[in-house]
Amino acid sequence: MLRVPITTESHQALFGGPQMRIVKHKTPSIDGKGIMMGRPAYSDDLADPNALIIKILRSPHAFAKIKSIDTTQAKELNGVEIVLTYQDVPKRSFTRAGQGYPEPSPHDKFVLDEYVRFVGDEVACVAAISEKIAVQALNLIKVEYEVLEPVLDFEKAYENQSVIHPEEGILEMFPIGFLPKKNVAASYEMNVGNVDDVLKSCDVVIEESFYTQAQAHAMMEPHTVNARIDFQNRLVLYTSTQTPFHVRRILSQTLDVPLSRIRVIKPRVGGGFGGKQALHGEMFAALVTLKTGKPSKINYTRSEVFESSYTRHPMRIDVKLGADKDGTLKAIDCYILSDTGAYGEHALTVFMVAGSKVLPLYNKVDAVRFAGQVVYTNHVSAGAFRGYGAIQGNFAIESAVDMLCAKLDMDPILFRQKNMILEGETSPIFAIMGEGTEGTAMNMESCKLDFCVKRGLELSHWKDIYPRKEIKDSKVKAVGMAIAMQGSGIPYIDMGAATIKLNDDGFYNLMVGATDIGQGSDTILAQIAAEELMTTVDKVIVYSSDSDLTPFDTGAYASSTTYVSGNAVLNAAKIMKNMLLEEAANALKVELKYVEFDGFTFKAKDQEISFRDLANRLYYNEDQKQLTATGSYVGTKSPPPFMAGFITIELDKETGEYDILDYVSVVDCGTPINPKLAQGQVEGGIVQGIGMAAYEDVQYSSKGSLLSNGFLNYHIPTTKNIHKLTTEFAESYEESGPFGAKSVGEIGIDTPPAALANAVYNATGVRIKTLPITPQKIYEGIQKLKQKEISNEAK
Amino acid sequence: MKVAFILNGRNREFEVSPEEYLLETLRSHHITSVKNGCNESTCGVCTVLLDGKPVLSCSVLTARIEGQEVTTVEGIQKEVEHISDYFGDEGADQCGFCNSGLALTIHALKKEIKDPSEEDIKNYIVGNLCRCSGYQSQLKAIKRYLEDHK
Repeated sequence: MLRVPITTESHQALFGGPQMRIVKHKTPSIDGKGIMMGRPAYSDDLADPNALIIKILRSPHAFAKIKSIDTTQAKELNGVEIVLTYQDVPKRSFTRAGQGYPEPSPHDKFVLDEYVRFVGDEVACVAAISEKIAVQALNLIKVEYEVLEPVLDFEKAYENQSVIHPEEGILEMFPIGFLPKKNVAASYEMNVGNVDDVLKSCDVVIEESFYTQAQAHAMMEPHTVNARIDFQNRLVLYTSTQTPFHVRRILSQTLDVPLSRIRVIKPRVGGGFGGKQALHGEMFAALVTLKTGKPSKINYTRSEVFESSYTRHPMRIDVKLGADKDGTLKAIDCYILSDTGAYGEHALTVFMVAGSKVLPLYNKVDAVRFAGQVVYTNHVSAGAFRGYGAIQGNFAIESAVDMLCAKLDMDPILFRQKNMILEGETSPIFAIMGEGTEGTAMNMESCKLDFCVKRGLELSHWKDIYPRKEIKDSKVKAVGMAIAMQGSGIPYIDMGAATIKLNDDGFYNLMVGATDIGQGSDTILAQIAAEELMTTVDKVIVYSSDSDLTPFDTGAYASSTTYVSGNAVLNAAKIMKNMLLEEAANALKVELKYVEFDGFTFKAKDQEISFRDLANRLYYNEDQKQLTATGSYVGTKSPPPFMAGFITIELDKETGEYDILDYVSVVDCGTPINPKLAQGQVEGGIVQGIGMAAYEDVQYSSKGSLLSNGFLNYHIPTTKNIHKLTTEFAESYEESGPFGAKSVGEIGIDTPPAALANAVYNATGVRIKTLPITPQKIYEGIQKLKQKEISNEAK
Repeated sequence: MKVAFILNGRNREFEVSPEEYLLETLRSHHITSVKNGCNESTCGVCTVLLDGKPVLSCSVLTARIEGQEVTTVEGIQKEVEHISDYFGDEGADQCGFCNSGLALTIHALKKEIKDPSEEDIKNYIVGNLCRCSGYQSQLKAIKRYLEDHK
């Protein structure tokens, strides 16, 4: 029995340290069954059957100015309800990025514009009574373009003669180094110590450039929005989004509709990975419904998802590392050129994360410089994507570390163990670099990276294989590894809130702004509430992400939900529990301090009342009242999850072809609230990371149109590509997290590119510095090495 | 034109245009368990069973299935519920957009191949793309389900 007030600490004491009943135990997703059984859940399942169908006329040119646009014939077509061009929409710049306000992304987008900046950019919007008619209408719109010279090579974008954003009315919300006349969306530099001086003093220095490609999110559910005006004359959107509250704010600001007149509901979302952090389609559905008063919907086609939503930011990353002969890393110099495509969404922040969530891994250096530019090109806009810069930075730094080790003739594991961040330590970078702003100083209260490396060595049988083992004929087995970190929300910016409502008969509703996009946040938030309220998950009925009915949350991004929204739920549950104890004291007519609660029964001295009876008493019999508790949370730090990833490959030296035999992940995410779902996050991230490392590649024609616009020409991993994933969690407890948890949504994606590059080097001696790591690149590398050997022998 | 076929055990008649695909026919009649992921036969989320065999409903003309038998998860709810228990146990459901189609493929696999090897399972479900799970948890769930329901 417990004395009041019951705290998390006493709870832990009761269950013997951080032993928990619900948290860290197997709990199936609360919604998995209903979804598999086919119950309507996703945006399009809930669209009005009479919704007008919206289709977008898209630019055939990578860069052009609309000279004239004639919609007469389209408007005359029977069944067409409305046709919108840039002349019909508010001329107010905004960003689709879906971030907090003010955004760190430039306001450089108009709902429709006289300029089109990539093949697939929006020219006009048609709404008709059927898809067939809407498509016919698109063909009847006559557009005359002044075709402009596009910028298709991001290394030639800076100060190019073609200025991608020459228009008036675009702006940065605060200084982000926005120089549109030079094709620069954002720029930044930071220094710790004097890198040039320290590099000069180093025994060994390496200087290398790495290229990371654009990757497509390829979530299974395309972007889907429907809108209607409800009986209170308010605009209601059902949208497949990661950020319902930001969507509402951005619609209101851009379309000049009061926030109070808009309701945004996020139903079930079929995957996001960052792609649905942004607004894609919401503006058009809202506009059409506002202008016509009729329900409407826009469902992106698969090729529109590829051509007209987002990709990952491609980057060139120039790295200098300096170390002493004994293997002490002393300086890191990193310059990044990032390609944000046509619009500067997440331009600054993705680029900064490539430094801020990679460089602190090596916190013992004397000097660090991190600088760079994010440039506009006439490519599909880049945006948020799981990993958010960290995967790009990780590929460069973790490849460079192995290259430095080769030059030092030092074991790369020993080098990392000597130089990497450990529990209790910090890095000056945390205070200097945040996401678009200054960062927040923090110590690593929980960091089991040393364990992750040690355990990964065992699980991958590293010592038996490293660097490679000849199998037979031309085949070798080889291993490679990388370490990584991410964050847990954005401190002092990301806020999550939760309301818990007691119902008669003794069960709860948990209303959260947090946005379940398939990662299982509704389930883990229910577990957190159930743990604190000492009940079971089935007694916590979750509603998430309805801007009218649930409290605020910034949304599902920046690995924030478990840590930020989870803490909000925990706070709400603590308040609710104390309310219940007070009501039990009233009912039992005793002082609060005598009441004990075991999750089922309140006891005081020799009296007792069941939880169920207490709940019913509150609603029907005596002291009638509604109990509701609201908690919110904004982080004061962003405790990083860590991991070590170990890949085992089998490679054919004759052809360069390889198979990934096993991927070992040992992860420190604090307490995994739901171990199976956490494992799913890690493994899903690993496989998406393998896709990026090995073959996924967004490809354009020489004119700038997208070649990889479907699953036939953009390959994502299938069952045939994945052989074995070995995933374990380190025992770790983050004091500031709910029941010791940190985030786990992104960390899995970071290591595969570098680990694979390192394994390929260990197998062949070929160093691939440009993603993806294809058999062709390996083969060419092997041939070059052979020629080198021959010419060396000849000498 | 009118097309009559058996949908989940019942005789149904639908008014369709000759160029209409089964995916559209089903979704426009509130069978929303069948999802539209690509509409070009590349992702598997619109899988239905046609006379017991998994097909992609986005590539089947409704006009051509006169008299045939179409099954969606609504037609085999009990079995899908069993399958979902295994998915829940392995943490294999994430966004779920591919899950109803996958459940139908698993149902067909169970009927078609006795004692499938892991390679058989991988080959059979290769057309049901999933971007969330990394497949391993799905494969574990499917293997256990088939093992327990021999």
